[in-house]
Amino acid sequence: MASAAARRQDINPVRKWLRWNEYTPTLVLFLFPTVLFMVVFVIWPIISSFQLSFYDWNGIDPTRKFIGLENWARLLNDNVFWRAFGNNLTVVVLSIAVQMPIGMALAILLERGGRRFNIFKTIYFFPLLMSSVAVGILFKYIYDPSFGAVNGLLKAIGLETLKRNWLSDPGIVLYSVIAVICWQYIPFYMILFLAALSGISEELRDAALIDGATDRQYYLKIAIPLIRGTVRTAVLLSLIGSLKYFDLIWVMTEGGPSNASELMATYMYKKAFPSFKMGYGSTVAMALFLIVMGIAVVSFYFSRRLETEV
Amino acid sequence: MTMRGILRNLALIIFAVAWLLIAGIPFYFMALTGLKERFELFSGGSVFAFPQAPTLANFEDILSSGTFFQFLFNSVLVVAVSVGLILLFSAMASYVFARLTFRLNRPLFMLIIAGLVIPLHVTLIPVYLFTRSIGLYDTLWALVGPYVAFNLPLSIFILTEFMRQIPREMEEAARIDGSTPIGTFFRIMLPLSRPGLATLAIYNAVILWNEFVFAFVLIITPKNRTLPLAIWQYQGEYAMNIPAIMAVLTLSALPLIVVYILGQERVTRGMMAGALK
Repeated sequence: MASAAARRQDINPVRKWLRWNEYTPTLVLFLFPTVLFMVVFVIWPIISSFQLSFYDWNGIDPTRKFIGLENWARLLNDNVFWRAFGNNLTVVVLSIAVQMPIGMALAILLERGGRRFNIFKTIYFFPLLMSSVAVGILFKYIYDPSFGAVNGLLKAIGLETLKRNWLSDPGIVLYSVIAVICWQYIPFYMILFLAALSGISEELRDAALIDGATDRQYYLKIAIPLIRGTVRTAVLLSLIGSLKYFDLIWVMTEGGPSNASELMATYMYKKAFPSFKMGYGSTVAMALFLIVMGIAVVSFYFSRRLETEV
Repeated sequence: MTMRGILRNLALIIFAVAWLLIAGIPFYFMALTGLKERFELFSGGSVFAFPQAPTLANFEDILSSGTFFQFLFNSVLVVAVSVGLILLFSAMASYVFARLTFRLNRPLFMLIIAGLVIPLHVTLIPVYLFTRSIGLYDTLWALVGPYVAFNLPLSIFILTEFMRQIPREMEEAARIDGSTPIGTFFRIMLPLSRPGLATLAIYNAVILWNEFVFAFVLIITPKNRTLPLAIWQYQGEYAMNIPAIMAVLTLSALPLIVVYILGQERVTRGMMAGALK
């Protein structure tokens, strides 16, 4: 049998190229569901979005009007889109700048505290268990100018002058929302860093302490450099996540007031669904896609290079 | 303990308590306000004050209306079906990537992994149009396709790594005993992958339990909604009744918090599965 199969392989060049063997039918059968779902719900939609970006269509009419590059030209001059892009970059930068240090500090705290601090670890994790929608609605009321907790707290400690309309003041709304994003995701990075720190061997730590290293020196000079791979992962996750951000902003502000907290994803949704501009909505979606993929590729490349150089 | 040691411990504890307040106060505010009578907030007292007359009326209202359980049921159903399919399909694909060699193995794997960074918004319009054209629009089943597709890449990535660690001896033995590749998969690979599958089940269930965008775009009829959308809907209904909204939020957060407290280690590990190296 085996030799017959081998001979069959030899005579059919396609089979030979594919390395066809007794496992091939299983292989095809086992990959089929994954390939089917990925093609129907991911790959084809991307191609279709690209195609739609050349049309003017409300999503209902049987005919759609081909308008060439008009949508793309409009996008380049669309101040709201570029403002949303800028806001996305602000979210990226502030998320990384706030979440990484606090996440690391909490991880170190929990590691130093050991078992005694388990109750802290349990509660620190809570924000991650709530859906973004629930977190968004909760903070909408926490930020409420009259009945919310933030202004209530400021009043209680006598800092009434700092009271603000946290979500309706265009100057601060983006920062208010970023604070909530950080509140929700810091536990994620905390646990990630904690797991990495706990993975460092005891001997290394003991050796450092015997050599007279203080805790601070141990973490800054030994532990954090050792887990830089994890830090890199964290930064990349935060970067990609921030570029795609939607739920929480949508629930809290819908991008408002007057686009002050607009992100690429909320803008895409607004163009496509409430206003039924499937063509232009697809153009914004494609731009979001290209920007995310572009930044992902560049940052993967550079972070790998950095990784090998250090 | 030296003076310095005590001071250092004190500093650690102060920091720990400070973050405890930051992480915990929103939950305290949520649960406490849910226990308040509707107009108490408007009376001008501190928002942190304990309710003047703690009441469960808000919770009773929501639970007795029946719709809350409908949403809960919808969420459980769609999450269970989707997670089941994700686990089965990703285990099948991972078996291929981990064990069978073929010409397109590497490129296909890379293509699926690229799916990890794709923003789902780029698929929103076509998926919406497609769902409408096949008649699934506005049903719970419309969610299964996108839910499965968007969570397969990570699951495949993790399971492939997991299956590569499993020693080959048992499969070889099974093969010599005349087991077919499919038989080997079901009798040997699947049982041996159970820890990986458990982690992925938790990870995917949490992600989908909280999913918002697809549910928001693909479902209109209130009774077909999942829990995250239902919260959104209650918010409109009870716009001026903040305690009622806080009660809804508390109820919707409870299932996951209870599960977390019961199986903290497992849930934590599951939820961290998304952090790939």
